[in-house]
Amino acid sequence: MDFLIFQVPMLTLQAVLDGLLLGILFALIAYGMALQWGVMNIINIAQGDLVILGGYIAYFMYLYGIHPAWGVIVSPIIMYFVGVVIYKLVINKVVDRDLFISILATFGISILFMQLMNFAFGADVVLANSGYGTTMLFDNSVTLPNSKIFSAFISIVFAIGLVIYMKKSKLGRAIRATAQNARAAKILGVDTEKVYAATFGINAALCGVAGALISITFTIHPYMGLPYTIRSFMIVIVAGLGNLPGVAMSGMGLGVFEEFADYILGTEFRIGSVFLLLVLILVYRRFKLSRKREYLK
Amino acid sequence: MKIKNIIITFVSAIAILFSTSVVSFAKVVGDKIILGAAISLTGKYSSNGVHTQNGYNMAVDRINEMGGVKVGGKTYKFDIIYYDDESNPKRAAQLAERLISQDGVEFMLGPYSSGLTKAIAPVTEKYGVPMVEANGASRSLFTKGYKYLFAVLAPANLYLDVAIRTAVELNGGKGVRIAQAFEQDAFSQDVRLGILDAAKETGSKIIIDDKLPKELNDMAATLAKVKATKPDVLVVSGHTKGALTAIRQIAEMKVDVPMLAMTHCDAAKLSKQHGKNSQYALCASQWHKTLTYKDDFFKDGMTYAADFEKLFGYDPPYQSAESSAALLVFKDAFERANTFDQKKVRDALAATNMQTFYGNIKFAEGGQNVDKPMVLFQVMCDDAGKCENKVVAPLKWASAELIHPIPKWSER
Repeated sequence: MDFLIFQVPMLTLQAVLDGLLLGILFALIAYGMALQWGVMNIINIAQGDLVILGGYIAYFMYLYGIHPAWGVIVSPIIMYFVGVVIYKLVINKVVDRDLFISILATFGISILFMQLMNFAFGADVVLANSGYGTTMLFDNSVTLPNSKIFSAFISIVFAIGLVIYMKKSKLGRAIRATAQNARAAKILGVDTEKVYAATFGINAALCGVAGALISITFTIHPYMGLPYTIRSFMIVIVAGLGNLPGVAMSGMGLGVFEEFADYILGTEFRIGSVFLLLVLILVYRRFKLSRKREYLK
Repeated sequence: MKIKNIIITFVSAIAILFSTSVVSFAKVVGDKIILGAAISLTGKYSSNGVHTQNGYNMAVDRINEMGGVKVGGKTYKFDIIYYDDESNPKRAAQLAERLISQDGVEFMLGPYSSGLTKAIAPVTEKYGVPMVEANGASRSLFTKGYKYLFAVLAPANLYLDVAIRTAVELNGGKGVRIAQAFEQDAFSQDVRLGILDAAKETGSKIIIDDKLPKELNDMAATLAKVKATKPDVLVVSGHTKGALTAIRQIAEMKVDVPMLAMTHCDAAKLSKQHGKNSQYALCASQWHKTLTYKDDFFKDGMTYAADFEKLFGYDPPYQSAESSAALLVFKDAFERANTFDQKKVRDALAATNMQTFYGNIKFAEGGQNVDKPMVLFQVMCDDAGKCENKVVAPLKWASAELIHPIPKWSER
């Protein structure tokens, strides 16, 4: 069997770059998931639906004549409050419970969001055009849409911002303390209830940023959330919970891995190969994850 | 204790009475012919579900206004019972059962999409209920030997057949090199089979044959391959999402290909969402308003489109037009059968041979409409960026000349 990717060297470069840009975007969503999973021990199935909702915010700005790139600022602000409201209504009732209960609860939220978005925005596939054009390298043989470069850049900015925020700010320290030991943090005067709400809000805000970027680079649809949940779940699993730089690395790694799987095995095995990788990694990690609850560093 | 038993018996007796009395609410009540339909009013197909329902409703109103259906010397009016199938095949099958065994419906209209039609067809077949459907094009619907299923639309494998044949013709009758990417669902895979057949017959070669995953809306890898291999034709079918993603990424990656053929451009509102980037795309369509078919109820495509827009406020997609045509077929069959006997109506349907504003309708053995070719339109934009869909093939209906090959991105 001859592989196109090895015959045309530029394709290899294209695949790597495409994979990296895609992976960085996914890593941003995974960042949020890692954060709230680590702090609250909740696996948020509605992660992808928050992303899509964020995308719709950017889309509606685009519809009303505002450039969708502003969505990366507006969308997280709105989504932060959406996140806090979800926390107050549902998540605070399941936060100390079994992981299984939180999965069920967020699964419910996910279904509710899908239906509400479908009801409110309709079932049409939509997108926002940024009009950013294309960067062409090596005599047009490698093309990078500027919207993807923009997405990756914004994702990195937000990710770095988050890391600094977690290190320097009071709330950031409180979040990390709660993640390490919620009870001790409470005794020492940290309002864990507030920390949880803020954590969920920050996660939703990150989803909002990612959603706005996805509306610019790809397409959005009320029922398209689940793939993003699964992808971020996978990235977090691969990286391990307490490992934010690891999330970025595994996001990009998975992106590139996927692109290569596409070229070598065929598009139909793209997702399958990622799942196969996940199974292998899960088997490898099963002791680590099942024995202790990890925390953010 | 005794009193409690008596109450329970009494309540259940009433319940049974009610459940049986519902059955008497059947196909023809007074002067009404009641049809049943499960339609996706919520869920992922809801926008096309609504197009379907609007098409049905418009035809019902029109036929009723213009004198209704004459059977056995008496005039009847159409009425439809709708249920929402939530875009879920299981639910659709349950609702079909309910329509037939509880509501006593004896004639059905189809749901939206091949998948849901596939779920309902075994039910209608089991009860011998004739169903005229307008939105299930998958080839597998017509190879199962269903006797009570009739589709007014052309089967999925013919969707892009015309595109390949046109490309070969433009290539001086020599085979072309085809790159194709199809989503992994029943409909798109049927379109793919049609391309494979056409390629075989014309001696064309398929150089890229990608199956797109349902989950991800990124075609960058496929398009990079297309750039590297330079095929003559690129074929993409993956519903609305596929059409929108393809146009966006082809423009972003500056992929030059002489011919780009797709499905679902209408539903994707391609030119509205992408403007000039969608220019030159060829789209398969069951119907276009500029076709010159005629009937007594809607006159022709242009009149239908104008009337539809007046009622619902938007230009009718082909999903609405074919749905309206389904009612015309039913009316015609009832009048020819001159009875409400299901078997006789079924035979009358099978013998249908008529022209509607939507196209000629004549059913093959399997129930698919064989008398209406697909049309291809091309998105054409003027300098101001206003885009329009113009029919370019088959030549008989063409309102504009096909632009081929597509100009390179560097020259646009």
